[in-house]
Amino acid sequence: MGIVQFLSDLLPETIPYWALVLLGAGIAFAIIIAFVSVVAIFSVWLERKVAGHIQSRLGPMYVGGWHGWAQSIADGIKLILKEDVILTDADRPLFKLAPCIVLGTALAAFVAVPFAPGVVPADINLGVFFIVAVSSLTTIGVLMAGWGSNNKWSLYGAMREAAQVASYEIPLGLSLMMPVMYFGSFSLSQASEMQAGWGGLHWYIFSDSFWIAIPSFVLFFTAALAETKRAPFDLPESESELVAGFHTEYSGIRFSFFFMEEYAAMYLMSAIGTALWFGGWNFPGLYLLEGTALFTPLAIAVFVVKSMFLVFVMMWVRWTVPRIRIDQVMALGYKYLTPIGLFLVLVASVWEYIKFSMMGV
Amino acid sequence: MQVTGSERIVELDVRTQDVDINMGPQHPATHGVLRVLLRADGEILTGAQSHLGYLHRCAEKIGENVDWVQYLPYTDRYDYLSAMNNNLGYSLAVEKLLGQDAPERAQYLRIILVELNRIASHLVAVGTYGLDVGAFTPFFYALREREMLLEIFERICGARLTYTFIRPGGVMNDAPEGWFDQVAAFTEVFDQKWPDYWNLLVENKIFIERTANVGVLSEEDAIAWGATGPMLRGSGVDWDIRRDQPYLLYGDLDFDVIVGKGYRGSVGDCFDRNYVRMFEMVQSNRIVRQCLDRIREGEVQNEEVGMSFACPPGRSYVGIENPRGELGHWLVSDGGKIAQRCRVRAPSFVNLAVVEHMLPGCMLADAAAIIGSVDIVIGETDR
Repeated sequence: MGIVQFLSDLLPETIPYWALVLLGAGIAFAIIIAFVSVVAIFSVWLERKVAGHIQSRLGPMYVGGWHGWAQSIADGIKLILKEDVILTDADRPLFKLAPCIVLGTALAAFVAVPFAPGVVPADINLGVFFIVAVSSLTTIGVLMAGWGSNNKWSLYGAMREAAQVASYEIPLGLSLMMPVMYFGSFSLSQASEMQAGWGGLHWYIFSDSFWIAIPSFVLFFTAALAETKRAPFDLPESESELVAGFHTEYSGIRFSFFFMEEYAAMYLMSAIGTALWFGGWNFPGLYLLEGTALFTPLAIAVFVVKSMFLVFVMMWVRWTVPRIRIDQVMALGYKYLTPIGLFLVLVASVWEYIKFSMMGV
Repeated sequence: MQVTGSERIVELDVRTQDVDINMGPQHPATHGVLRVLLRADGEILTGAQSHLGYLHRCAEKIGENVDWVQYLPYTDRYDYLSAMNNNLGYSLAVEKLLGQDAPERAQYLRIILVELNRIASHLVAVGTYGLDVGAFTPFFYALREREMLLEIFERICGARLTYTFIRPGGVMNDAPEGWFDQVAAFTEVFDQKWPDYWNLLVENKIFIERTANVGVLSEEDAIAWGATGPMLRGSGVDWDIRRDQPYLLYGDLDFDVIVGKGYRGSVGDCFDRNYVRMFEMVQSNRIVRQCLDRIREGEVQNEEVGMSFACPPGRSYVGIENPRGELGHWLVSDGGKIAQRCRVRAPSFVNLAVVEHMLPGCMLADAAAIIGSVDIVIGETDR
């Protein structure tokens, strides 16, 4: 509990402990919101640039000067200033609550993301489990949005989301079991620390279990695409079929909440992938700086850059492939990914047992 | 709902009801203002009905009120993606009434323009079909090449979309200097770029999954519903007006008629219709090359046909192979300067009819794929 400790050293002793905890939580939450907003704004800009360059055009080029860097800030201001339309026939409480739940759960999941040694808002020892559990709560918000909008296309989008996310929770959970077995821990920060060897290159994907790590990462990445509603699994908002899916009727700041959630969720899944498969904050040579003031900022930078690379891969996939159909999504989840996940869990458990008992690694 | 057990009957208080949804008139997948009323049991469609007329502009009635040549700009506006073809269809029908013909150079120019326009139209069809199944990028690649074509058209007639260039008795003007080199350059570029669409879109596993065996239209059904163009050929019917009832100089040219073979699924599915369009572009390119070799100096307008003329009494029907199917013009003249009857057989309109027959039983997502594979232009269905 770094922040609370820090505050109790800083502030006079007369302040009660619960107040310190509340204050610490507030500060941590403010940092998370600021971080997620910056990530979302940057990702939106990156997405547009990536899409532009893949499609042989340039993307935003004017706002702010250099390659339109301020485009998504301008878009954000526009969304905030826009009229907030609520349909007369909409279910007002649900309609208003839905974007808050969607964004809130995405933000809550960031609590367990380890950015650098000691830089983790809450070092939960069940971090992997917590993130998967909390991020899947988004579905409830999406269902509320779809139902509350009183629009058949929105309802279709929400139902697809529910079916899809509930199905892909299983392969996602199974794919996370392989690194968990390798590290022997559910804690993301502990997993990152254990990949520090070999001068900072002893990542799970390069370890002796690499032949399990690679297929499990492919499984994880596919399930993560489905969880975050990214193409080719963007059925809940599939533009050419459902107009805009569950957020068809949303405008202004409420719409931007859904938008931010999408990028926050993408970053979150990429962060899990980075922490478990790609060594978290570890990077060759970075250990030399340990103990200096530069270490923590550089470790955070390494972690963020690695995660952003995975986000970039998600964008790359989106602008390349068509969208699959809902029955094919379900078939892929239940007929292929889940059995593969179960098989990998079996193989990984046997392998880790052999390693542990016979070789004593 | 009743569940019959071995000893007792359990009555469950569960009742399901199909939901009616309006797909359109404002919907991203309906390519304009088509409205399809869908009835769906969850994701599975149980009924479909298309409603037309949101873009009705009385084109045929206008044809009965303006001069023969004055009607030409209205033909641009039925299928605005292949305006050259529309001009040609009307011009041929008027020429048939007049008993006149266009000079040879004009005929070759017409073929070049019409085939280039077919490529442009199919590029949009294939690109937007990618959008319908969720692939955004091929659309931009297609528009990139279409842009070259639009520049070619702009250079010869000044317009990019509604040309009014091919007219009774010939074409408006001769090609400007260097224009044929520009066309030749395009044919080279297009051959290089075509594999991009094939590899990125058509051979994509997900695209195949989405289109193969979806919206299958059998050979008998295609003929019975009067489908033409890629719809008909996609269903395996070997029929192309350019080859089987040649107009212009198509009889002398060497090209293949592409027929759907069930390359990835069964014959007549959405994949086959798209496949036919993909390869027709290659064939059109081939035709353009041959015309570039054969074209000679000469007149481009028959002097006997002026800007304002009266047609001898009679009636004519000319059907030509438009990118979307058979575009027919039925003209009746009573000897005056104005048509007595001007009827247009629009391919999109006839092809669209079969959608109601194909949709029930499909998934909701297939509705976008099937309507996209028919490749309608609302300007033409509603006229």
